[in-house]
Amino acid sequence: MLAFLIRRISQSAVVLLVMSLLVFVGVFYIGNPIDILIAPDATPAEYARAVHELGLDKPLWEQYTIFLKGALHGDFGNSFVYNEPALKVILDRLPATLELAFTAMFIAVIFGIPLGMVAGMKANHWIGRNIMRFSILGFSLPTFWVGLMLIIIFSVHLNWLPSGGRGETVMLLGIPVSFLTLGGLAHLILPATNLALFKTSLAIRLTRAGVQENMQMDYVKFARAKGLSETRVIGLHVMKNIMIPVVTVLGMEFGSLIAFAVVTETIFAWPGMGKLVIDSIGVLDRPIIVAYLLITVTMFIIINLIVDILYSILDPRVRLGQER
Amino acid sequence: MAEHTQETLAQAPAVHDESLFLQAVKEFFENRVAAIGLVILIAMIAVALFAPYIAPQNPYDLMSIDIMDGKLAPGSKSFDESVTYWIGTDSQGRDMLSSILYGLRISLGVGVVSTIIALIIGAIIGLWAAYIGGKTDTVIMRIVDLQLSFPAILVALILLAILGKGVDKIILALILVQWAYYARAIRSNVLVERGKEYVEAAKCLALPQRRIMFSHVLPNCTPELIVISTVKVASAIALEATLSFLGLGMPITEPSLGLLISNGFKYLQSGYYWISFYPGVALLVLIVSINLVGDRLRDVLNPRLKR
Amino acid sequence: MRNKFMALVTVCMLLLVGASGAFAQTLTIGLKGEPTSLDPHFHNVNANNEQAIYVFDKLIRQDSRQKLMPGLAVSWTPVNDKLWEFKLREGVTFHDGSPFTAEDVKFTIERIPTVPNSPSSYTGMVNAIKKIEIVDPLTIRFHTDAPAPLLPRNMATFNIISKKYGEGATTADFNSGKATIGTGPYKLVEWKRGDSIIYKRNDNYWGEKLPWDTIIAKPITNDGTRVAALKSGDVDLINFVPPADVAHLSKDAKLTLAKSPSTRLIYLHLDSDREYTPMVTDNNGNKIKNPLKDARVRKAISKAINRKAIAARIMDGLAVPAAQMLPDGYEGTSKTLKPEAYDPKGAKALLAEAGYPEGFKITIHGPNDRYVNDGDIAQAIAQMLTKVGIKTEVNTMPKSVYFGKASALEFSLMLVGWATDTGEHSNCLSALLHTYDKDKGFGSANRGRYSNPKVDALLEEALVTVDPKKHNELLVEAVELGLGDVGIIPIHYQVNVWGMKKGLNYNGRTDGYTLPREVSAAK
Repeated sequence: MLAFLIRRISQSAVVLLVMSLLVFVGVFYIGNPIDILIAPDATPAEYARAVHELGLDKPLWEQYTIFLKGALHGDFGNSFVYNEPALKVILDRLPATLELAFTAMFIAVIFGIPLGMVAGMKANHWIGRNIMRFSILGFSLPTFWVGLMLIIIFSVHLNWLPSGGRGETVMLLGIPVSFLTLGGLAHLILPATNLALFKTSLAIRLTRAGVQENMQMDYVKFARAKGLSETRVIGLHVMKNIMIPVVTVLGMEFGSLIAFAVVTETIFAWPGMGKLVIDSIGVLDRPIIVAYLLITVTMFIIINLIVDILYSILDPRVRLGQER
Repeated sequence: MAEHTQETLAQAPAVHDESLFLQAVKEFFENRVAAIGLVILIAMIAVALFAPYIAPQNPYDLMSIDIMDGKLAPGSKSFDESVTYWIGTDSQGRDMLSSILYGLRISLGVGVVSTIIALIIGAIIGLWAAYIGGKTDTVIMRIVDLQLSFPAILVALILLAILGKGVDKIILALILVQWAYYARAIRSNVLVERGKEYVEAAKCLALPQRRIMFSHVLPNCTPELIVISTVKVASAIALEATLSFLGLGMPITEPSLGLLISNGFKYLQSGYYWISFYPGVALLVLIVSINLVGDRLRDVLNPRLKR
Repeated sequence: MRNKFMALVTVCMLLLVGASGAFAQTLTIGLKGEPTSLDPHFHNVNANNEQAIYVFDKLIRQDSRQKLMPGLAVSWTPVNDKLWEFKLREGVTFHDGSPFTAEDVKFTIERIPTVPNSPSSYTGMVNAIKKIEIVDPLTIRFHTDAPAPLLPRNMATFNIISKKYGEGATTADFNSGKATIGTGPYKLVEWKRGDSIIYKRNDNYWGEKLPWDTIIAKPITNDGTRVAALKSGDVDLINFVPPADVAHLSKDAKLTLAKSPSTRLIYLHLDSDREYTPMVTDNNGNKIKNPLKDARVRKAISKAINRKAIAARIMDGLAVPAAQMLPDGYEGTSKTLKPEAYDPKGAKALLAEAGYPEGFKITIHGPNDRYVNDGDIAQAIAQMLTKVGIKTEVNTMPKSVYFGKASALEFSLMLVGWATDTGEHSNCLSALLHTYDKDKGFGSANRGRYSNPKVDALLEEALVTVDPKKHNELLVEAVELGLGDVGIIPIHYQVNVWGMKKGLNYNGRTDGYTLPREVSAAK
């Protein structure tokens, strides 16, 4: 276990290092942020001053060493644009993204699992077939297109829900959240639905496959033979057996929700870190870009690690560190 | 001569392929929805290939477009009454139908080209890893696992932040996003196939290992590769459209379907819905039909997934 | 299910309506840009400058047409060629009640060049001042080495902060509100980054009566989302209504629109300097000598452009064809220059006369995320040039890549924009048409490297001429000379549009700012 952890952590460190270096070099060669940030009528002297202030006149390797030294102490440098620590700028936006991702996951679970169970039980019925068609659609529709359609339908034509922004927030344990106010909730519905669509389809498919597999099993036949009602067989026994794999897979997908939030946040003007990073790529705010990617990738590594460990606890046949 | 018989022997499963193929085709068409999907897909590929011949206008030829025809509603005639724009024009006066045909070409082209290159790279690396085994195999597979643990959009985002924008860049990004899937699929297939009798037979005949790999093992992995790559083409097209929409993809002079949608986005609420809507429909039909075909192919070609 | 949902939505809406009824004096604004910082001197960029005017004041105000008006200074007079005297307003207090004095002015001017990590500072606005002399708490004098006729204009660009709170304050102190203590109309309550900035009225404001208790400024960068927010009633007022949406918004009975021409000029810069220019070849792709050095070719390009068509079709009527760098009525504008008429025959004739009867090949470059419809304008110009024989390719790119390459002189023909914040012609003449001179700071945005010694001489003389009439005449002459020679090709001035709920009234501003103190509720 310990050896496994050490190996995983050292691997992760290498990944983070390589990635930060690549992004650093890449952004450096794309352009100079000062060209965009500076007032167009600035004199060459003013331009040179700004370049110097932000340390962009130093050779690339020196800039990278400065960054590395800072990063080891948890300092990713100041944002060129906001002049505040990049980490702080991102962490300010993190709760919004997390709230969106959690809500989307919640929607995926409460719609996906029941629909998937119906699809599994009534595989040859028109209901089951239509649910599966919906899930193919859910897999196929690009997130951004669905987002646009949601805005057009629900905000512009029907005028039921706001088209963007986060609405009113209240503090919950020191973190601003939207879902506790009606206004906030109204702002949350569309983007969360948009983000949830893909995962709902996934949950439907996983649950359906699980149900179909379990229905063939002896314990179901046995339970039925015992005269248990169908609802009880499915609702209790089958459910219990399919929940673990479904929830595990969805858990692993949580990271990808955060990544895909970039698209949803851009469309719905949701003030999360995904929108921040797209804006930052636009103005080459390197400290933000690098810090965002490092934070997201670290989150991924941690989620994967937790899933792997949980897996080994839940399923004794899997041993940690085993090559799959 | 003796050599020849030996080869025929070793190719035994391949002889069987002919009838298997026909059987698969028959099975495929048993599902009506998938059959329709395939017909639509073939039609779309055809119009994309022949876009320059069938499109009413070359949307990139600046001599033939005029901004005075900009944002005309579907069915309008051009200002000199010479052409009818069946599904309208965009702000530059480009015929939307022609733009979609050319955009389809680019979307499909980017999706297919990146998938094929990724497939080749992935296949070679996967085979190589399985063939060499040991430390190299472990290292390669660690990299593959690691990359696959991140969602494609994040990997693409990192790559485009590093590379900048452009057709070549986005194809490169899509290749780098995809190769790992193939490498892993091929490796695990090869490991399974290696234990099979025909490989044992080929080994007994002392055929060189490289030859066994490429001319015997690889063909037997093909069905699975076809299935994966169909689905992957669809996701590559969707990913390209998403990146273009975010402003990280194609340049404006070579609009893919995604970029056409994104260009029309600003007109969606203004009543010029056709600039964004029809490219969106084209993209949806394309992706859905590919996915329908891919889904069915998996059921037909992959006996292990059959229930 | 659907009925229940509708009921829920209705309840939500009733609650929202009820809530807004309680705060009838709240104005919610949807803005295209979010400031990068609330430190008024950190980043000289529109979104920041706009928010700074909510909280702070300048010595000299610009009215909605960018004419100079008394602000914290009530008068400014040149004592001699190298000395300006400013009389400050009496009885002005900061938000905390402390009095505003000349010390605060001195502190502000001295702070400007020292703001750390500033990506674009106001140093250029104050570096003419060599010595600041406080005569009494309400009189301040600025000594300069050379005559500085532009000093009042420059004083109208930056905001005065309080010495008491500004000393040692960091960007973070301004963002949190700790140092954001101004003399301006509104007090900062809170900045929820990415979501909103909330202000409360300053009841002791020295200026006009303020119509709103609370201002909520919401950054909504996406054009479509901002328009949708106005239509759905989430916000009361939005800026930068995209041209494509003007037609359908003006039909909406619940909304009104305000249009104002702006000083944002869209123009073409051409490489008129180098012997060979990178993006030009003959029709077979062979390198040829730079045709753009010939003023006749530049004139031909200008004649080939149908400015009215661009304004009507691409900009949906929200552009005014341009002949010079600022619209009529601004300092230094010529009365004789008229927008070049669309004349494809004349363009072809000029090309033939210059020795290019068959035209040549060129690539036009432009940004695609910087100005209103920038990518579309570049494509439309390419269409028009192609039709007179100049086979034009279009290459547009994100601003993050574009401006770096443009400044590195990688292009031959480029689409650029210029907003003259100072509201007079010497600003754009210095940057766009004066010969590039790194040491003297001229031609900083002269990406075509246009050079005309006569223009240079006229401008340099104007810059040391304090007499307003003479100053203006010199500028007009320079403008007429430079544009007659087609140093740049002006396309149009953008027209800015604000959208608001019926019952609100805002006239718009040529500088594009959305100032709540000028928004009134018609009752």
